[in-house]
Order: sequence, then C-alpha cells, then structure tokens
Amino acid sequence: MTSTYRKILVALAALCLMFGLAACGDDEADSGSTGDAATEDGGKAITKDPANASKGTIAVGSKNFTEQFILGEIYAQTLEAQGFKVRRRLNLGSEQVAYKALKSGSIDMYPEYTGTALTSFFKVKTADVPKDADEAYEQAKAEYAKNNITALERTPFQNTFIIASTKATADKADNPKTVTDLFANNPDLSISGFPECRQREDCLLGLRSEYGFKGKFVSSDGKFSDLDGGQSDLTLAFSTDPQLALTDKYAAYEDDKKFFPPYNITLGIRNDTAEKIGQEAVDKLVAVQENMDEEAMRELNRRVELEKQEPKAVAAAFLKEEGFTE
Amino acid sequence: MIAPGLAFLGDFGEAIKFIFQERESVSGGVQIGGIPELAGFTATHMYVSLAALAIAAVLAIPLALWLGHLGRGDFIATATSNVGRAVPSLALLAFFISFVGLGYTNVIAVLVLLAIPPLITNTYVGVRQVDRDTVDAARGQGLTGMEIVRKIELPLALPSIFAGMRTSAVNVVATATIAPLANVQTLGEPIITPQTYGFVGQLGASILVAVITLLVDFLFARLQRAVTPEGVKLARPAKARRRFSFPTKRSPKQA
Amino acid sequence: MIGLPIAQLQIQKPGGADDCVSSNGFCPEWIAENIDRYWTPLLEHVYLTVAPVAIGFAISLALAIMAHRRRWLTGPVIAISGIFFAIPSVAAFFLLQPLTGLGYTTAMVALVSYTLLIIFRNITDGLRNVPAETRDAALGQGLTERQVLYRVEFPMAVPEIMAGLRIATSTTVGLAALAVFAGAGGLGAEILVDKRFKSNVVVAGGLAVLLAAAFDLMILGAQRAMTPWRRSRA
Repeated sequence: MTSTYRKILVALAALCLMFGLAACGDDEADSGSTGDAATEDGGKAITKDPANASKGTIAVGSKNFTEQFILGEIYAQTLEAQGFKVRRRLNLGSEQVAYKALKSGSIDMYPEYTGTALTSFFKVKTADVPKDADEAYEQAKAEYAKNNITALERTPFQNTFIIASTKATADKADNPKTVTDLFANNPDLSISGFPECRQREDCLLGLRSEYGFKGKFVSSDGKFSDLDGGQSDLTLAFSTDPQLALTDKYAAYEDDKKFFPPYNITLGIRNDTAEKIGQEAVDKLVAVQENMDEEAMRELNRRVELEKQEPKAVAAAFLKEEGFTE
Repeated sequence: MIAPGLAFLGDFGEAIKFIFQERESVSGGVQIGGIPELAGFTATHMYVSLAALAIAAVLAIPLALWLGHLGRGDFIATATSNVGRAVPSLALLAFFISFVGLGYTNVIAVLVLLAIPPLITNTYVGVRQVDRDTVDAARGQGLTGMEIVRKIELPLALPSIFAGMRTSAVNVVATATIAPLANVQTLGEPIITPQTYGFVGQLGASILVAVITLLVDFLFARLQRAVTPEGVKLARPAKARRRFSFPTKRSPKQA
Repeated sequence: MIGLPIAQLQIQKPGGADDCVSSNGFCPEWIAENIDRYWTPLLEHVYLTVAPVAIGFAISLALAIMAHRRRWLTGPVIAISGIFFAIPSVAAFFLLQPLTGLGYTTAMVALVSYTLLIIFRNITDGLRNVPAETRDAALGQGLTERQVLYRVEFPMAVPEIMAGLRIATSTTVGLAALAVFAGAGGLGAEILVDKRFKSNVVVAGGLAVLLAAAFDLMILGAQRAMTPWRRSRA
C-alpha cells in the first residue's frame, strides 16, 4: 500500500512543479497583428472615461458555447475599455435561461441570434421566419422593443446550421451539392446534433418533415469529433465553425430549401441599461462588431476550438488587432 | 416565507404533473413528458444498469471469491476500493466519450467499471470473515478448494456480497443518469435538455431518478437481509471488520 | 462597412495550427502551456470537498454524541442519512433548486447530506468498538461518563473516525465533479467545457483523482500523528 501512495506523491510533486513553472512562464499566444493601430483609424480606438466607473456594474451575459463566450468577452472588454465596471455572467445556459435573466435584470445584455429569438421567445414558427437577414432582424427588434429591450444592429455574419460530413463520406455519396440530393440518394446516413435538436421543429423534427430525413439521430455535441470518430455520417455544424475551412477534410451541403432561418447576432440590451451607459457606449458596442463577417468569426472560433486558447484572450486579441484597444 | 413555500410546492406539483401528463415542449411544437415517454427513458435506464451490474458481478465475484479463499487479495481489495472511490463518474464517462466514442457499449463499459470495486471489496472481505476453523474442518473432511468455496465460503459470504451489490446497484443507477451525454437516452435526457423539457422536466426526471434509486436500494437491502442467516447476523466478528479501513456494509457512492 | 480598416484581424491559414491539438490527440505541450486554466476549478473543487466534509463531520459528531447516550437514536439517524445517501447527487442538485436556487448553496447542501451516513456510522462504530474493559477501567479510576467519552473513547475511536473521513472525502471529490449541474464550478465544469478534447478530460479528471489521493494521504498522516501508540501496527 505504501509504494502506491509513494508513486502518487511523486506524481503530485511533478504536478506542483508544473503548476509552479506555468505560473512563472509566459503563455501569451503570439498571433502577430498587422501594424500600427493608432494613426489611420481616426476615432476607432476606445478611450477610457473615468466617469463611467461610477455608473454601476454592468452585467454582460452569454449562452454556453464557444462563439457566445467570445462575443460576451468582446462586449465586456469593450465596456471595460471605456472604464465601466463589468460583471461577466457568461455560460448562462440555454436561450430560455439567458432571456429570463435579461428580462429580470440579472444581466443587462447578451448576444442572441435573430432566428433563435423569433422561434424561441416570440413563438414564430420556423417556416414563418423571414428568410432575409434584415427582415428577420427588424422583426426581432420590434418584438424585443415590446419587452423594453433594444436589439442593437445585427452582425454581418450569421451562424446558421450547415449539414456537414467528412470528405470521404461526400465522395462515397458522389458529392451531392444540396441537402435534398444528399438525403434523397443516401437515406441511411446518420446525423449527429446537440441533444436539444432531437425534439425541435427547427432542427431534427423539421429535417424529417421538410427534407424527408430518414436516418438515425445521434445525440451528441461532438460535431466534427463525431465525424472523425465515425460516430455519425453527418453532423449539424454551425456556419462559423472553423473546421468548415478545411475543405480537404470536410464537405458541407447547401440548404436549398432554405429550411434554417437567418441567425445573425444582435446584442439585446435593456433600455434602462442603454440609458445608463449612454449613447456613445452603445455606439461602441455596435462599432466593434462591424467587421465581423463569417470569416472573422470563424477565425475567432478557430483560435478557441482548435488552438484551445481562452475566449478572454481571443477577445482581447481581436479588439487589439482591429485597432479598438492598445 | 409563505410565497417561496408555495412556489416550492408549485414546482414540485408541476414536476409531478409532468411525469403523468404530456405537455408542449418549452421550445414549442412537440409533445413531451407523460408516462409513455418517461417509461421509455426508464426502460433504457434500467437496461443499461442491469446489464452493467450483471456483467460486473460475473467478472468480479468469482475472482474475489477465489482471492478471498486463497487469502491473497488484501492489496487488490484495498487498492480497487481506493481507486474506485477516487475516480469521479463524470470524468470516467468523459474519458470514454473522448477516447472510445458514444453509444450503449461505451456507457455499459463505464458502468461496469464503476460497479466492480464495491463487488470485489465486499466479496473479498465477506470470504475473509468466514471463520477459519470452519474452513479448516471442511478441509479436514476432504473437501477440495472449489467445494469449500461453493459450499462454505460463498454461502457465508452472501450477506457481504449482497451488500456490495447494493452499493454497486445504487452507484450504477445513479451514474446512468448522465448517460445521455453519450447518446444513450436514460432518465437523464430531460435533465440535460432543459430547452425542450424546461426546469419542470428536469425536476420531474430528478424525482423519478431519486425514487427509482431508493427502490433499488430498498430492494437490495431486503435481498441482503434475506440471505443473512440469523446466526451469522449475531456472530459476525468485529475483528475482521476493523482490519480493513472501509465499512463492509456501505461503500461510497459514485454519483 | 465604415472606413477602411487598417488594423485587421489576422486570419491564419487553416492547418497551420498546432497539429496535436486540432487532431485531438493527447498533447503534453498544450497541457504544460495551459495548466493554469485549471487552477480556479481546482480551488473550487477543493472548496467543494473540504467544506461539505467539515460541515458533515460537525453534524455527524453532534449526532453521534447524542446517540452515544440514547442508543435508540442510532437507527433513525442511519435510516434518514441512508435515504440521503441513496439519492443520486444529480437528482438532488435539481430537487433542491426550488429551495436553494442555482449555485454553491445547493451543491453544499447535497454534498453535506452524502457525508452524514458514512461519518456518523464510522464515529458510532468507533466509539462502540472500544473494549468494555477499557471503559470499566477508566470508570473505575474515577472518571465521569463525559470524561470517559472525551479522554478514552474518542481517542481510541480515532482510526475508525479517520477511516470514515477518508471515505467521505474521496466520495465527495467524486461527487463534487457533478456539482456543475447544481450551478457550481469545480473540475467537473471544466470537463464539460470541452468533453471531447482528450487532453482536457485527462487533466481535469486526473486532477480530481490526484486530489482525492492527496486528501487521503493527508488524513492518513493526521491519523498516524494522532495515534502514536498504533504506529507499530500496519
């Protein structure tokens, strides 16, 4: 018995050593920004206003996956750069929880997808959601306004569902371009999706009824890990997933029936909070997301998901590289 | 004080209604809850639990019986008990998900691993507690090793073995709750999909899980009592129990 | 898009990233670089273990002292704590939420309730296993019942009590991994952050196991220190 414990002690000592070394070491990921951010951007840089510190603590929330963490951090750090005191409540969970927190005032703002807001909060049926991104945003904005929440301008990027598979699976299926073709000629393929998908009309249930999907559903949020591990043939990926850029490894299929609604991000902020922080702060929150197209978001996701960096660091690097902060 | 009190009852009342009555999901458009759906989850839950328990019993009990008979398994018994206690069920499941994959085989493998330590430990200790004089007498009468195990040590160790099975059963049924993380829809499914089932669904599933686990515990406690002869109940020596630093009746839970 | 962005997000070519990590292998380099992201969860986990065991010990001790005099209390206490013990922690974390909400309180209440059966039973067994002759000798020397309890029976029950603490602590480390379902943090929350990433699972899970082992050794050490007369026995 003692020798086992001795081995464990050695392992513990090694671990303590590692912790100690890591604490002393420099673990800043080097992403290499382009150049001078100061001069040419005229007004882009965010300046600290000491008056903001006394306006109370702003609670920034987010849901519980990578993209949400990154966005939450970006908004939080934007406010902090202006001198506001910010409390982060990232990882709130599902949109129901997040929306409840926003309505009750537990948080002051969080980023939501237009499509999700319409189907989950405002009871619009998936088929009735406007297919145009701006129309969907305007409708969501109007509904949010009824609840004393301002939906800020939508992001350029949208993060909708994309059905993807490995290149090998695509080759075996003769490389169909659209989802209709994919399902029609290959009824036995299984698809993996996050657990909630199983019982959602804007997910599996809709795929079955609208696209005639007949295969098995694998309840898992592994996405590309599922594809790699052979756990499923297809997966419900997000259009901002970094893996989609690896076109020699994975293939994606076009949503030809436009089944999935638009999913642009809009930062929902309580009206009283918007007043409290002032128009300039609100404008800054919109400014930082101006250049967020799919490629940019995919890059940010890539840094977190594939390089395993922390969302906080990725958000900070983003603000720096875009010239908003030093 | 009254308002939260009533609210508290309200949630539970709603949860019980969820168990018996179908209702629309939180995200809308589909019926969830009610007996048929929950019975399905329960069936899956019990299936993986029973399968794992059976496999673990077949693997662990004969091995531990033999080790106990030989008196050689002290280290193994304590080591498995120590390691088995220290590994969190969630960590083990996540490990299997990331290294092996999803599905029934995976989940049952994890549950088997969690069920084995209490079985080994309790079976071993049960056999060691058998009075050495009885065993020697039997040997003197010409019984072979196998016969001694079968006719003397096993029957006398049964109470301890069933105590181990009780612990393992509770651990396994409890851990099966997080099986949905690996694509096996047990009663944990409503718990990890609150967007569909809502907090009411999570609560309802939790009530069911608690009730079922308590029933399993009660059942095995009864079985253990049934296999304990009166004489053994009175005469178990305290000495053997103290040599090992774990209680023979209840080993720690995993989930 | 307003204006020409001079400063821009650096888009890296895919495939240039760390190969080990993106192909989900087991990556010691990544672990060494990122080990401090596990520091806070580890501390949370320590808190989620030590606090419930300490509180559970206090409650069990009080109950055990009461039950020492009034033997009839033992049965009910074991029965009730047995029920708490059998209820799976995940279920308990939700059953408590209408009362205690989402967060550390819920996790604490549930985790404390699981330690009660183990610790209570070990304390009572330890006290009862003190040989009758020792008790009689002490009483014969003129000690009161109370003095016998505190000066003779408890010290002699230390091994059994410590055994109970060791078991309770190891168990709680394991259950605290599930505290994420109660809205608390800990190593379990860290596992779920990326449960597919092998390195993450191994480190977070491994830290939990090492934590349990460390606690085990500490309590064993304390036991040896407290009972010098037993050092000659294994």
